[in-house]
Amino acid sequence: MAIISRGFTDRRSAADVKLPPGQYLTTDFPVLSAGPTPQVSLDQWEFTIRDEHEILRRWDWKSFRGLPAETFTADLHCVTRWSKLGTSWEGVSLDALLAGVTTDTPYAMVHSYGDYTTNLPLQDLRNGQAWIAFRFDNEDLAPEHGGPARLLVPHLYLWKSAKWVRGITLLAQDKPGFWEGFGYHNYGDPWREQRYQGD
Amino acid sequence: MWRVGAVLALHDETATARTITLTVPGWPDHLAGQHVDVRLTAADGYSAVRSYSIASAPNHENRVEITVERLPNGEVSPYLTQQVAVSDRLELRGPIGSWFVWRVQQTEPVQLVAGGSGIVPLMAMVRSRASASSAAPFRLLYSVREPAAALYRDELQALASRDASVSLSYAYTRATPPGWTRPPGRIDAALIAGTTWPASLGPTCYVCGPTSFVENAASLLTACGHRPDRIRTERFGPTGERK
Repeated sequence: MAIISRGFTDRRSAADVKLPPGQYLTTDFPVLSAGPTPQVSLDQWEFTIRDEHEILRRWDWKSFRGLPAETFTADLHCVTRWSKLGTSWEGVSLDALLAGVTTDTPYAMVHSYGDYTTNLPLQDLRNGQAWIAFRFDNEDLAPEHGGPARLLVPHLYLWKSAKWVRGITLLAQDKPGFWEGFGYHNYGDPWREQRYQGD
Repeated sequence: MWRVGAVLALHDETATARTITLTVPGWPDHLAGQHVDVRLTAADGYSAVRSYSIASAPNHENRVEITVERLPNGEVSPYLTQQVAVSDRLELRGPIGSWFVWRVQQTEPVQLVAGGSGIVPLMAMVRSRASASSAAPFRLLYSVREPAAALYRDELQALASRDASVSLSYAYTRATPPGWTRPPGRIDAALIAGTTWPASLGPTCYVCGPTSFVENAASLLTACGHRPDRIRTERFGPTGERK
């Protein structure tokens, strides 16, 4: 039974679109990170896909940028309750990066410069659902938003879209990443409002 | 789970910030730095939720204080700062988050760096240290727009004057008190060098404020030699109502 707050009213405009439960719309781009923004130089940057035994794929910035890139738009939903709709990006699809990687391991751990990690099922990275993005709004991705390159997996809360991404490890067993180990939900579907453990 | 809290007291900290003290039956003890979700529901069933940092130290009295800064076009903060009355009931969920926290078992030096209402979770740490009689050496660098915008000024002053292990420095970005030698401006390398723990002492740093403030302060700390993994940050964006 909800407590009614006298005098509190719905101040959204009637034109508001449908958002996941508990989210509100913003037009700017707030930042949420656990620590300082890492400065990653392009000549040191690399992105790898590995399993528990060995590196399966490795790109430096030049070979990564030589891969076919896509432009796409995405709706972003942050667990801190803001949503930003129709953002435009350029990046390389995980389908292209994972092409030819045959594995029966069902989980992935994403690693970032600055030691951030986040976990998700490997199938959430396939089938046009995830990109390594390097441009936002027709500009190179700013460091505070994850530049030079970040994962974007917009159907999950934004903490799954690891900034400053440096690689993906394929795992047979699921393990919690950074926020997942600090009380946030293991999967993080905004439409099911999976914010915290137990949701 | 959502709990129902009753408003015990209201206190205006500044012209735009109000502290709400709630008693929440069944509240699990929180840690300094954690936040709480507050849910408001309108008569027609519409509801809105925002996160607020907890300002009060952990206690065993089911008491939770939040300090809310009113945002001009906010949806929840105008209600919480202007309309909520003593004995009103509010729905709360939490405590939430176990990364940006200070635990009383920590004994290493602590460097707090606050921008504006980013002081709130850091105040919980200062209060937690005091209520636990911790000896951990604390330094706070607190950047505000102008003197009148500082939250908790008297309480911080009192804590710092009776405990030599707590020191307090202010920085002003727009207007300074009379006779203040540093011209208004954002935190810079000289101020960090002059007022914060040197990296060689291995402090844990907690930085909280608006995004641009945190970006600047965290890079300055890193440039002074603090290890990035010893710098914990909490940011709120232009629309974020988390404090």
